[in-house]
Amino acid sequence: MRILTYLRQVLDAEESVHVANGAVALENSKLVMDTMDEYGVEEALRLRESGVEAEIIAVAVGPARTQDALRTALAMGVDRAIHVETDIRLDAIALSKVLAQIATQEQATLIFAGGQQADWDSHAIGAATAERLQWPQATWTSALELKGTTLTGKHDADEGSETFTLELPAIITTQQGLNEPRYPTLPNIMKSKKKELRKESLDQFNVSPKVKFVSAEIQVKNRMNKILDGKDAPAAAAQLVDLLRNEARVIA
Amino acid sequence: MILLIVEHANGKVSKSTWEMVTAARELGREAPITALVLGSNIAPIAAEIARAVDQVLVADLPALAQYDPELWSAAVAQIATEGEASVILIGGSRSGREYSPRVAVKLDAPLLEDVISIKTSGETLTAQHYIYLARVTETIETASPVTVVTIKPGVFNPATPRTQAAEQFDAELNLPTPRLKVTGKTAERSSRVSLTEADIVVSGGRGVGSAEGFTQYVEALADQLGAAVGATRAIVDAGWRPYSEQVGQTGKTVQPKLYIAIGISGAVQHLSGMNKSKTIVAINRDAEAPIFKIADYGIVGDVPQLVPAILAELKK
Repeated sequence: MRILTYLRQVLDAEESVHVANGAVALENSKLVMDTMDEYGVEEALRLRESGVEAEIIAVAVGPARTQDALRTALAMGVDRAIHVETDIRLDAIALSKVLAQIATQEQATLIFAGGQQADWDSHAIGAATAERLQWPQATWTSALELKGTTLTGKHDADEGSETFTLELPAIITTQQGLNEPRYPTLPNIMKSKKKELRKESLDQFNVSPKVKFVSAEIQVKNRMNKILDGKDAPAAAAQLVDLLRNEARVIA
Repeated sequence: MILLIVEHANGKVSKSTWEMVTAARELGREAPITALVLGSNIAPIAAEIARAVDQVLVADLPALAQYDPELWSAAVAQIATEGEASVILIGGSRSGREYSPRVAVKLDAPLLEDVISIKTSGETLTAQHYIYLARVTETIETASPVTVVTIKPGVFNPATPRTQAAEQFDAELNLPTPRLKVTGKTAERSSRVSLTEADIVVSGGRGVGSAEGFTQYVEALADQLGAAVGATRAIVDAGWRPYSEQVGQTGKTVQPKLYIAIGISGAVQHLSGMNKSKTIVAINRDAEAPIFKIADYGIVGDVPQLVPAILAELKK
């Protein structure tokens, strides 16, 4: 079988966000593969290591720099990578059109994507791609097993979680707890340099953005920032309770 | 028409739905607001929402007893097509954000996710939402005959019911067979108020020392204040608290009137789940902890001394 893992290159979560000219500026920041996507890459590798015969392909859509994230996936162990190179920012619904076409071309039967993207805070790519392919989906998956063509697992629901079974082909979006992604080892990094990273142009996918991005800004809420010294615990406690009661008026 | 999909649980219309009613009214389109209620044995829900909208469509079917993304998206897309909906409002819950992309693809419509404001000017819809783990506010726009929108819970004020009830109609649906088979459910159980709806949230991190420390400081303070309890990912991963209490990127997003962070340093993924809280209080021994940067009030000091002192003060 063929497994696709869709991934994004995002700002490292520990980096500060900068906005310039009404858009998020990433030029001088550390960029990494989205953690939620790492779970998908790791899970595909584990399925193979558990005895499933599979070719694993990492797919990303984005500017030239995005290939660094694909290189990371190759170094983790995926077999090859496809990079649809574009500077156009596509929303999740438009993007799903690209991913669905690649899945069809590659005859994939299982796709992993992150439960939420750390750049746009979007949840949509997995479900939107599933709809285009007419496949079922399980979102926010925290445990997964594959026997034959049947997936069993656990995923988040509105209040709590559910266990499920699902027949391939299917799309799985990831959630924390699914696994602990591996670090690429030096031998694997060396090996990955020989693996195929295919570039595709966006033109052939016949896709255009459905959402216009107007502007971005960092709205800093003004905080009181009254920080007390707690060496004298009873005095600090009394002052805090007084502030919450009489200044902020948030407790009785 | 503006189509609003009703979220409900335990026989009641959810608070998020009343917030969506406000969003629908604020849209300022001269189109009637139609509520769609999906489920089984949902007459009381239809009657409740009838006091908020212009028309109610009810699909009360055994097949809809349990939520499924393929069922829900098929139902909503059919109704939207028949009624020529221009805007479809869906709750920003896990399920809403899961089936809404399918609706958008079925209708070849744009999807605006988790919006915090929305207005209309002619054919153009302009909305705001958070990006980059809730650190950046982005303005987005679409101009389409139909747009699918999910509304972030806890942002719009809940609408108040009217005295007049709107007319109800049965919805005719042609439904697919769900392919995701749910084999078991684990419901979240807590004797306290729901984390996402609480006015006050008391959360703990590594700095509470241990699972026992969490009970002693965080739960004790939460009980004193009638608050919900939250936890950081670090202590959920450590097994001190259940995942259902996790606040942050991969957990719950909360925006209570008061958020008290005890022994929490303030990792970005945690802050993204609580940084919109109205008042933030931080208690931490490390004066350099990032949580203090977004705190309205804070005490630098030891949790085991400070929390009992605060409890004593509250009980005075």
